[in-house]
Amino acid sequence: MSVATPSSAQAEASFDTIVPARNRFSVVSIAFWHILRRDLTVTARGFIPFLIQVLITPLSLLFVFGRVMPGVGMTQQQYPSLFLPGVIAVTIFIASLQGMSISLMLDLDSHHEIEDRLLAPIPVNLVALEKVVFTAIRSLVATAFTFLEAYLILGSRYQVQNNILLILGILVLYTLACAALALLLGSALTSDKIYLLFSLFLSLALYTGCVYYTWSSLSSIRALQIITLFNPVTYAAEALRFAMVPPAGGVPLETMPLVWSLLGMSVSFLLFLWFGVRVFRKKVIS
Amino acid sequence: MSSASENPYAIEVCNLVKRYPKAAANAVDDVSFAVKRGEIFGLLGPNGAGKTTILGMLTTRVIPTSGTAHIMGIDVARDQIAAKQRFSVVPQRTNLDLSLNARDILRFHASYHGIPAAKRNALADQLLAEFGLADRRKDLVKNYSGGMTQRVMIARAMMHTPQVLFLDEPTNNLDPQARLFLWERIRTLQGRGITVLLTTHDMEEASQLCDRIAIMDHGSILVCDTPAELEKLVPGGTSLELHISVPQQVPEHVLATIGPSETPAEVSVLSQLQQALGSLPGVTKVEEIHDVRKAEGQTGLSILRLYGEDVLAPISQVSHIVAEWNAELLDLHLARPSLENVFIYLTGRNLRT
Repeated sequence: MSVATPSSAQAEASFDTIVPARNRFSVVSIAFWHILRRDLTVTARGFIPFLIQVLITPLSLLFVFGRVMPGVGMTQQQYPSLFLPGVIAVTIFIASLQGMSISLMLDLDSHHEIEDRLLAPIPVNLVALEKVVFTAIRSLVATAFTFLEAYLILGSRYQVQNNILLILGILVLYTLACAALALLLGSALTSDKIYLLFSLFLSLALYTGCVYYTWSSLSSIRALQIITLFNPVTYAAEALRFAMVPPAGGVPLETMPLVWSLLGMSVSFLLFLWFGVRVFRKKVIS
Repeated sequence: MSSASENPYAIEVCNLVKRYPKAAANAVDDVSFAVKRGEIFGLLGPNGAGKTTILGMLTTRVIPTSGTAHIMGIDVARDQIAAKQRFSVVPQRTNLDLSLNARDILRFHASYHGIPAAKRNALADQLLAEFGLADRRKDLVKNYSGGMTQRVMIARAMMHTPQVLFLDEPTNNLDPQARLFLWERIRTLQGRGITVLLTTHDMEEASQLCDRIAIMDHGSILVCDTPAELEKLVPGGTSLELHISVPQQVPEHVLATIGPSETPAEVSVLSQLQQALGSLPGVTKVEEIHDVRKAEGQTGLSILRLYGEDVLAPISQVSHIVAEWNAELLDLHLARPSLENVFIYLTGRNLRT
């Protein structure tokens, strides 16, 4: 068809609209930072509900398995120290899925709040990456409070090696991996499938993630030991055990070699991120 | 592509096509148009005509199957970031940030676009006052009415001082007062030199607001011109609308004059009556209108529209023919020139069906 040309005489209208003359990197990084700032602001304003959301599960686990059961002699006295890394790992997993997957599902399906950010001067992939970075930061804050909670609940049974840098490095890598998984699930599932998050993913993560037991202790149940390798919680729990659990009687705890657990987390992160960004993109651009 | 300063067009759309996977037809089918800077341009058409898909392609949310779209001289598909800096979108459905109050929504939007803190604070307060939202600026927007929500969305869209504003069904579901308020605001924005492209299925909105209108149906632009020129498309300007209930069969005394029909169904009776009316002197076209009332089950009701240079002249003959055919005349009125008539004239369908 032919191009329609205007007949209005308003072409001479003046403009006071000015596009800021910045380079592309600066435009994109400013948008990224402010989108992150928006998420941090909203979380900070609802900090108490956030703490309640992320601290109830570790509180229950630590109280029962770290205090009650060793107290009544149902577990070894050393159990709380090798259980704490598992609690940290599963707390981050739950915090990520609760923090991002649920809100993203609702956002993409009904609220559409994210549209304003998708129309900001930033590539869509970076909007997805911001979600991952924010969720990782949120989970790290939740982790700090979980350590405090553990310190208060476990009392003298709170025994953690002074490997702060290694612990922090593992936590950063693992929170990113969980956040990327949360992006993937939040983008792939529709809000009517929200029950899957709890019934399938959270339960599986908890029971196949070497939270309650060490990976090497499963050597007699080979099938389960192999299944646990498909769960990123396993690698985090084992890496944290390597970094956190002090030697008992001079003998270090037998864990998965650190290089394998780091590799497991790295591969999980990259895979989840690649698929997560792809699915997110597909959902927001038609 | 010439530079933005030399280009008189704010929006240029060239042979744009969108075909969704597994769809039987193109959602947007070879659409081209150009919007001059400072114009208010309307895409008018029924739901499903492809208006929102065009908007999606112009605003980076829908990838075109083929064709190009330029905003202020920038190819939207090739340089999304530069394009996003120059336009704003007010979508059909609410997409406000429910966790924030109105002022924060405006300020965060501006910050995404790199507007410095002092300027975005001042601009937010100015726009909130302008849009009558200053008193409620610290309330969470989830407690806002439909009209207020729409005002916040337009105010938000203005926060990064865009050159082009896209409004998707801007006054849909608003009460008349809120609608008039928004029309006034949109005209003010035009006064500031902003180019506006809006989609609507509201004839009145299109004719009141738009400098030019493209009428769309089934993914294509049927015609594109000023409202006044479009209204001239209907022959004679005024048309005569008959609401009639037709008999099951053509009366025998009529059959004797026009000959037997092979299919004596109601449709056939109607089309024969249509022919009879069309042969009246001064009538250039008789069209059946597919109206929502018929779709809702009033099967006896048929609506015919007569076009001609002077449709008042044969009015007595029309009533005579209707009576002769044993049809019941339920309503008869003159349809004055309007965009609705233009749409009906072009498509044979009511816009709201």
